[in-house]
Amino acid sequence: MLASINALLVQSWQTVFIALRALRRNKMRSALTALGIIIGVASVVAMVAVGNGAQARITSQVAALGQNLLTVFAGSRHSGGVSSGLGSASAITLADADAIRREVADVVALSPEISSTAQAIANGRNWSTSIVGEAPDYLKIRDWKLAAGSMFTEREVSGAAKVAVIGSKTAHELFGPLNPISQTVRVNNIPFVIIGLLATKGAGMGGQNQDDRIIIPYTTAMRRITGDRYLRSVSVQIVSAERMEVAQQQIVSLLRQRHRLTAGQPDDFNIFNQKEIADTVKSISTVITLLLGSISGISLVVGGIGIMNIMLVSVTERTREIGIRIAVGAQPSAIKLQFLIEAITLSLFGGLLGVLLGVGASRMVEVFADFKAIVSTGSILLAFSVSFVIGVFFGFYPACKAAALDPIEALRYE
Amino acid sequence: MSAPSQPAASPVIQLRNLARTYQSGEVEVKAVRNVTLDIFRGDFVAIMGASGSGKSTLMNTLGCLDQPTSGEYLLDGVGVAGLNRKQLAKLRNRKLGFVFQSFNLLARTSALENVELPMLYALPMVPRRERRQRAIAALEKVGLGDRLGHHPSQLSGGQQQRIAIARALVNQPELVLADEPTGNLDTRTSIELMGLFQELNDSGITIVMVTHELDIAAYCKRMMVMRDGVVISDSRNPTRRLAAEARSSLDLAEQDVNLT
Repeated sequence: MLASINALLVQSWQTVFIALRALRRNKMRSALTALGIIIGVASVVAMVAVGNGAQARITSQVAALGQNLLTVFAGSRHSGGVSSGLGSASAITLADADAIRREVADVVALSPEISSTAQAIANGRNWSTSIVGEAPDYLKIRDWKLAAGSMFTEREVSGAAKVAVIGSKTAHELFGPLNPISQTVRVNNIPFVIIGLLATKGAGMGGQNQDDRIIIPYTTAMRRITGDRYLRSVSVQIVSAERMEVAQQQIVSLLRQRHRLTAGQPDDFNIFNQKEIADTVKSISTVITLLLGSISGISLVVGGIGIMNIMLVSVTERTREIGIRIAVGAQPSAIKLQFLIEAITLSLFGGLLGVLLGVGASRMVEVFADFKAIVSTGSILLAFSVSFVIGVFFGFYPACKAAALDPIEALRYE
Repeated sequence: MSAPSQPAASPVIQLRNLARTYQSGEVEVKAVRNVTLDIFRGDFVAIMGASGSGKSTLMNTLGCLDQPTSGEYLLDGVGVAGLNRKQLAKLRNRKLGFVFQSFNLLARTSALENVELPMLYALPMVPRRERRQRAIAALEKVGLGDRLGHHPSQLSGGQQQRIAIARALVNQPELVLADEPTGNLDTRTSIELMGLFQELNDSGITIVMVTHELDIAAYCKRMMVMRDGVVISDSRNPTRRLAAEARSSLDLAEQDVNLT
């Protein structure tokens, strides 16, 4: 029993040797056969890396919006069936914002928001940018750091001080390499002293550059820039993710009450729930990663079929060789094993090269597309083991065919 | 039909009422019918016959590549009929060596590796070093000791057939089966090859050869003729030609041609 197992092992080892020798003899064909698997594995690895990268980027962008963030927008104004978009109705006032801060217990930070576009002039340069009115809590809500200087204070807000905190892009456009702190920027001909420089945040979810903005106290914005008593929105940070739902309900009923809406009337405001968006975005990007993965998985299967194809052709083409091997005393099992090992070797070799190529392609994406592709060990292991399984699966039929050849016919084959 | 007796030798092959029938569509082809014969150790047998006489079928059966439909075949005392593919493969590996008309060497493979091939399938395994030594010895025996690394495509037909013979010998078989070994070779090379066969036979190797050329069969010790699946004549060869002589006469003839 032990002797026969040993004999089997010895034979298997011998067959590995024979199979490798046969592959080496046909380098070109071996390489072409493996190509399908190489491309399949490479695309799985690269696609999943890109998908993961996209997911990570989206997730971080959503997180960059701020933790547990609710944004209350003035509703869209409907007149004769025409909607003018969010924030177009002059519905939310500072009093509303104060009421939310006072009456909703789970609110930890709040910032009334004004937004406008204006020409900024400084250092002899001219730059069109967004002017955003906010409260000091804004940075905390948006989880945003300062690169230099400081944020304006509640005092400066209540005093409607002419101070500004500017984004890195705006600073670059206006001041180039110069330090913008303590410089003056003129907006609508009003001089603002720059007291802070925001850290670079990168593109936002909509692709807009978040770093191109000038933040000023909302009071100053209302009085000097828009001249309006309405807010564009109110950003509200809630104490925890679990309390988001409840807090949102409370804000809705509070605002409906304050706006004297009767039961039948629709809300004249909208609430943007950061957690809901985050969840949706996350599930979408997971689906996209899966989609990318499975599309390239299909190419892996196609690669496997390619291996089967070539192995079948190879069995036909090498009929005589098989005949010779059988004639000199190769066991049918040895022939089967040889072709199986050839197929597995090809697909594993293809898998290995594919992983390298896939990692390489992911790096290329990073270099050329300014995008962090995340190569996961899981996808490498998966692609590699799938290519092994493909080798076994698609190698089996040709191997059986080879082993079943009649030696007399095979030797006569031209 | 009884085989001519050969004293001081035991039968390597014993056939008793051996028959092989093919089913070719609706028609039953009786390729070999009721052949009974013994081939003794140390013999050099030619099987002749026109195509369709059943000599190839008989050869395939002797070579354990095919199974008889009925009758008995003892190879070195072992019954072959009823063995499965696996057992036949083992038998071929241990007891038989093949030489084919079209050489049947592995392309893009060195002479040495071609000769090593049967040992790769031998059980118990032949160690790598011994494999190499035996292959080199076999190649030296057929006069190709200086062509170890050459591929078949780099060698002449006669040299390729010598590799095939070395491959047939390397597992020290009981019997070498040659199927039209000179069929693809010119006269001079054929004579040289028959000389090699005669040398091997003199050193005690049993050879059975299929040929349709009387010239070639003339080098054998025993000649058998088949027709319609039956052995119609089987006799010792009283006028056996020796390759060495044939070659010198060929040399003389060529000299004459050159002189005129």
